Amino acid sequence: MQTLTGMQRPLLCLAISILFALTLGSFAMAAEQDGERANGWTPQGEIATSVGPITADTWRQVRDGENFIDTRADSTYNLINQSGEYWRQVRNRWISPGGLIAVGGMLAIITVFYLIVGKKTLDSPRTGRTMLRWTAVERAMHWTLASLFIALALTGLNLLYGKFVFRPLFGDGFWAPMISGTKLIHNYLGPLFGIMLIIVLAKWLTINIPKKHDWTWFKQGGGIIGKAHPDAGFANAGEKGWYWLLASVGLLVVASGLVLDFPNFDQGRDTMQWANMVHAIGSLGLVAVALGHIYIGTLGTEGAFEAMKTGYVDETWAKQHHNLWYDEVMQKADAAPEEKAVDDGTAKAHRPN
Amino acid sequence: MATMKFMCDAERCIECNGCVTACKNANEVPWGIQRRRVVTIDDGEPTEVSISVACMHCDDAPCIAVCPTETLYQRDDGIVLHDKDLCIGCGYCLYACPFGAPQFPKQNAFGERGKMDKCTFCAGGPAETKEEEYEKYGANRIAEGKLPLCAEMCSTKALLAGDAQEVADIFRQRVVQRGHEDGAWSGNQRRERNRFQGASVDDLAYDAARQG
Repeated sequence: MQTLTGMQRPLLCLAISILFALTLGSFAMAAEQDGERANGWTPQGEIATSVGPITADTWRQVRDGENFIDTRADSTYNLINQSGEYWRQVRNRWISPGGLIAVGGMLAIITVFYLIVGKKTLDSPRTGRTMLRWTAVERAMHWTLASLFIALALTGLNLLYGKFVFRPLFGDGFWAPMISGTKLIHNYLGPLFGIMLIIVLAKWLTINIPKKHDWTWFKQGGGIIGKAHPDAGFANAGEKGWYWLLASVGLLVVASGLVLDFPNFDQGRDTMQWANMVHAIGSLGLVAVALGHIYIGTLGTEGAFEAMKTGYVDETWAKQHHNLWYDEVMQKADAAPEEKAVDDGTAKAHRPN
Repeated sequence: MATMKFMCDAERCIECNGCVTACKNANEVPWGIQRRRVVTIDDGEPTEVSISVACMHCDDAPCIAVCPTETLYQRDDGIVLHDKDLCIGCGYCLYACPFGAPQFPKQNAFGERGKMDKCTFCAGGPAETKEEEYEKYGANRIAEGKLPLCAEMCSTKALLAGDAQEVADIFRQRVVQRGHEDGAWSGNQRRERNRFQGASVDDLAYDAARQG
């Protein structure tokens, strides 16, 4: 027993020390490679002098842009600008496809409607007697606004979707001047559109005040639902809707556009991201609705386009589409024939509400 | 193929702005444009930390995704470059970038910003001749087999540039050297302690003094 124990003890010691060395060695390997430990270096020592812990609060600071300085002149740039990625996701995953669906869908609906229902013709033959509907000034205003709208819509759509179409089709030699011209047109005509829109809205405010019969007009879909022609004054409820859409969404689009167009006021990126989203959603919506407006004013309704072209409409057209206006004009004409509401249409009474 | 990346070791950055100067010098960028910047958080406090930032050459770069003209594009090695002939100065890349990398020489009415400029990882950009390339984009050190000058000149080797794998390996070595048993995947000792005891600036100052 004695001898056995005497032999076992050194063996046991050896076994334990080998195990110990294997276990510890693997931990110490990395640290000992440089032999820095000889100079009093310990991992704990380096941690003790390291920068402070990165806590959840540090990341919150970074996210919120608190308490930082940047060596770039006049910089407002935080370490990480998280909102940029949100903006990108909203713009690319929702607004871009959404706009395509809205504008493309509207085109499809109009095409189908035209193919199935077709042009809204006059119920009875024209009388040949005309009524003044839009003065020359009003027509000039309308077409100025319309031209600007179309230019801005086309350039705006090109800014959003052009790179998927024109660059692959025509190459950089075409695409580079096209897109830079697009941006110039959009940025310089934009403020003009804003001014023009305000003038038009002011001019046509009084004829677009909502009335009780407008609600009935809407419920009957402007005459699509049911056979009857709903009552309509000088402007029907559809026109009034378009007016108030421009007065709300249109002005919003103008305002957000100005935020984007004038970076010289030092507005931040976050502001411009919001402005861009409002601008894109609003203007794509307006483009979609404008397609409807254009259809109704041209192909969709017999006699509608000549109103904005010549300023005059046929008596039959007025009676069919704007019966209340027609009645009022006729009453005025009866009461004061010298005002000559019908025929040459110079009468001021051409537009009671 | 290698994927090129920048990495700034906040532990080593001493906010000397050598990278900023090196970049300006290597690329001769216009007045007012500074492709690289140093951000300091908690300046003057014990928790102060600095980090050098420029274009991070993202894998899924937001700037490329939102650019209406396809000015921005990514090379096979991950470097995000820009084509100045296509840029219209709309500023979308600036809205989208998390790091404030894209810059414009102007900020005038009617969105007149001039052409965007940003870090090219010292890889130039599309141009007919070398001279034109230098004029438009600055140095193309990558074509000469060199790394971006900011990283090459970093005095403490805080800023690393190169193949992502190699950069990550160097950083991992450093982290292990600093005493993180599992390569910093778990918190460091001070962080763990603070998490249980509640961190305060006074504690940090006291610790640093005590442990020499």
